[in-house]
Amino acid sequence: MKNLHLKLLALLLCTLGIAGTWYKAEVIGLPLQPDAEAQVWTVEARINFRAEGGPSQLHFIIPSVPPGFDVLGEDFVSGGYGLARDSDANNRFALWTARRASGEQSLYYRIQLTESGEERRVVSGPQPPFPEVPDYPEPYRSAAMTLLEEVRQESADIASFTRRLLLRYNAESPDEGMKVLREVAQSDLEHTENIIHILAGARIPARPVMVLPLRDRMRRGSLESFLEVYNGTEWVPFNPRTGQRGYGDDLLVWQRGDGELLETSGTSQHQVEFSAARTVREMISIAEQRAAQQGSLLIDFSLLSLPVQTQNMYRILLMVPIGALVMVFMRNVIGVSTFGTFMPILIALAFRETQLLWGIFLFTGIVAAGLAIRFYLENLKLLLVPRLASVLVVVVILLALISILSHKLGLDRGLSVALFPMVILAMTIERMSLVWEEHGPPEAIRQGLGSLAVAIIGYMVMFQERLEHLIFYFPELLLVVLAITLLMGRYTGYRLTELWRFRQLLRTQEGDRS
Amino acid sequence: MIRYLRRLREAQLLGMNQRNADYIMRCNPRRNYPLVDDKLITKRRADAAGIHVPSLYGVIEIERQIRRLPQMLEGIDDFVVKPAHGSGGNGILVITGSRHGKYRRGNGLLMDLDEVGHHISNILSGMHSLGGQPDQAMIEQRVIFDPLFDRVSYQGVPDIRTIVYHGVPVMAMVRLPTRMSDGKANLHQGAVGVGLDMGTGRTTTAVWKNTLIDTHPDTGEPITGLGIPDWNRLVELASRCHELADLGYLGVDLVLDREHGPLVLELNARPGLSIQLANRESLLKRLRRVDALETLPDNPAERAALGRALFASANPPRLQTA
Repeated sequence: MKNLHLKLLALLLCTLGIAGTWYKAEVIGLPLQPDAEAQVWTVEARINFRAEGGPSQLHFIIPSVPPGFDVLGEDFVSGGYGLARDSDANNRFALWTARRASGEQSLYYRIQLTESGEERRVVSGPQPPFPEVPDYPEPYRSAAMTLLEEVRQESADIASFTRRLLLRYNAESPDEGMKVLREVAQSDLEHTENIIHILAGARIPARPVMVLPLRDRMRRGSLESFLEVYNGTEWVPFNPRTGQRGYGDDLLVWQRGDGELLETSGTSQHQVEFSAARTVREMISIAEQRAAQQGSLLIDFSLLSLPVQTQNMYRILLMVPIGALVMVFMRNVIGVSTFGTFMPILIALAFRETQLLWGIFLFTGIVAAGLAIRFYLENLKLLLVPRLASVLVVVVILLALISILSHKLGLDRGLSVALFPMVILAMTIERMSLVWEEHGPPEAIRQGLGSLAVAIIGYMVMFQERLEHLIFYFPELLLVVLAITLLMGRYTGYRLTELWRFRQLLRTQEGDRS
Repeated sequence: MIRYLRRLREAQLLGMNQRNADYIMRCNPRRNYPLVDDKLITKRRADAAGIHVPSLYGVIEIERQIRRLPQMLEGIDDFVVKPAHGSGGNGILVITGSRHGKYRRGNGLLMDLDEVGHHISNILSGMHSLGGQPDQAMIEQRVIFDPLFDRVSYQGVPDIRTIVYHGVPVMAMVRLPTRMSDGKANLHQGAVGVGLDMGTGRTTTAVWKNTLIDTHPDTGEPITGLGIPDWNRLVELASRCHELADLGYLGVDLVLDREHGPLVLELNARPGLSIQLANRESLLKRLRRVDALETLPDNPAERAALGRALFASANPPRLQTA
């Protein structure tokens, strides 16, 4: 019963921890790996125009929720213009207005994007009205009807219908009928609109979409047209030139539906230029920026909101529970005996600063020297607390001496010896000397080596870059650590060292049996 | 390794984790620990219950009282100094005789009064106590051991450890000091553990430093087949200690005094597992047999008889004839 309670609690903690981690990794996009990087696109639209002296107004369509991208931020350079942002059914737009402006003007819109790995093959949206069959003129009409009839024979649904139609439309050697259909259109956009016109003959809702193909260090890029058809539940995008379904990589959807990209009044000679640049940034800062855009409280109230100095402290502090877990494992499952319950973890923390080899060297050096002095003090028959205090004083002096000596010798690693927890060192020396006297040197050395071994293992487990990263960015994982620790608290199996301890007994029982 | 582990489970040996989780935490309420951890309380309660203990000469509680040591020791030739909260036999000083202001220790070394005082001062400051708490020093009668174990012990205090589970004595062993254990009867300090047949109180098998032996490592005398006199009374005494502390899983340490018979030295709320090695028997099996009983008698004598009957060896060792 008690065990059930414990197991449920552990399960609850595990679930909470893993759910929190999953949410942060999947939704906010915090990377599970340290040093993970992602591409960030910075896309800029520059509007050049000439103002004619009177009031001028510019209505410029900007991307709303581009499929396949997350918006990290956007900004406007408006000069003396007032800026308003608004949206209609299909698009968002920026509205720049000025009471009086004249001469050459430039306005900028800049957006930062990162790829989100979202679905690029369909786009959700409200159901549009079904178009009426247009009243085509002849011979366009018979060519269109023949084409639609043939394509209907070859296809299963609206998506495959559209694809077949696009392939026929773009065929390298068009037949006579197709020539008739194609000759009404000249430009890229006109072709797309022509296709929409033909699709209306089959009563398929379709709309044009303007996309910006992103290329690194692109200047003077321009929009291309795409096609979205409604399949009854969603919009399915197609490249009208190739018949390929879905928005490919690095295609930024800028505008949906008909309508001008830029509508102006009181200006002339306007022209829009697009440029783009790709940079690589750490996933973490991207995730933070994205969470800020989404207004996520989980990031706002996380360790990342602390001052950097405090953050760095928590980077280390959060690893202590991992050390404690190692300690529990080493003591209750392996059965190593150590001085003091958590002393090895504190030593492991010190190893972080000193590096492992130096740490081991310094630790053994100080403990050995301290022991020698402790044995000398034994002759003086001091009371316990003053004796402990004397050992502490000696330890501090030793630390200072080692620092000075190693500095003079040019070994700067030796300076970090000051980071050893000196009170813990003094207690260790005292405990070790007691064990030395009461249980003999082998036992004292055994426990000393045990402590050192646990400290080394603790250090190696605690300060892996990957684990450190995980725990710091996903501190929920500590709940999982807690759950494991709680479960280990009810571990009643054997310790590994008990195999050794009881080996003789096992051997005789083996003998009895045979 | 896995095979070894499986064999360990088949042998049903009690492991440290299981002892802590299933027996000590379940059977021993924490609030009763002071009754056994403080040997002064144990001694007073045992006295009140009519259980024989070594008599107490005096208690030193504060540093200043050490000055009165000469008065306290006047007319006493041999005595033992112990920390009231000691563990594992640490901090025990045995004085076997005094001459010209020098004290002779159990191991033959001489000590002057100052050194005895320093030892007591260490005890008071908590050097030997559990958790380093300030402690008291007890000065008590030195037990003159029954000569039974003289030939198989090297100085020090051979004692008899009995595990009493819910008042039923389940397993017992004799702990014989060796040169290595420095007179202490603690197995992991190098004392010899000798299993006892619960039915007859005869020594069976022995273990020293985790190896099985037949003869004492220092004296070379055979260990098997020594009969403990007055065994039934001793088992009953152990059983009665259950009432002293109300701990379900209890270790009782007894000594055999030449004149006074069995005396209770101390009780232990966390008795170790080496008793299984000494007896070459699983403690867990015996504990489960007691668990399987529906009712346990209230009377210590009946419980002792129950323990002797349940755990008697089918073929006890032959008595040594010397």
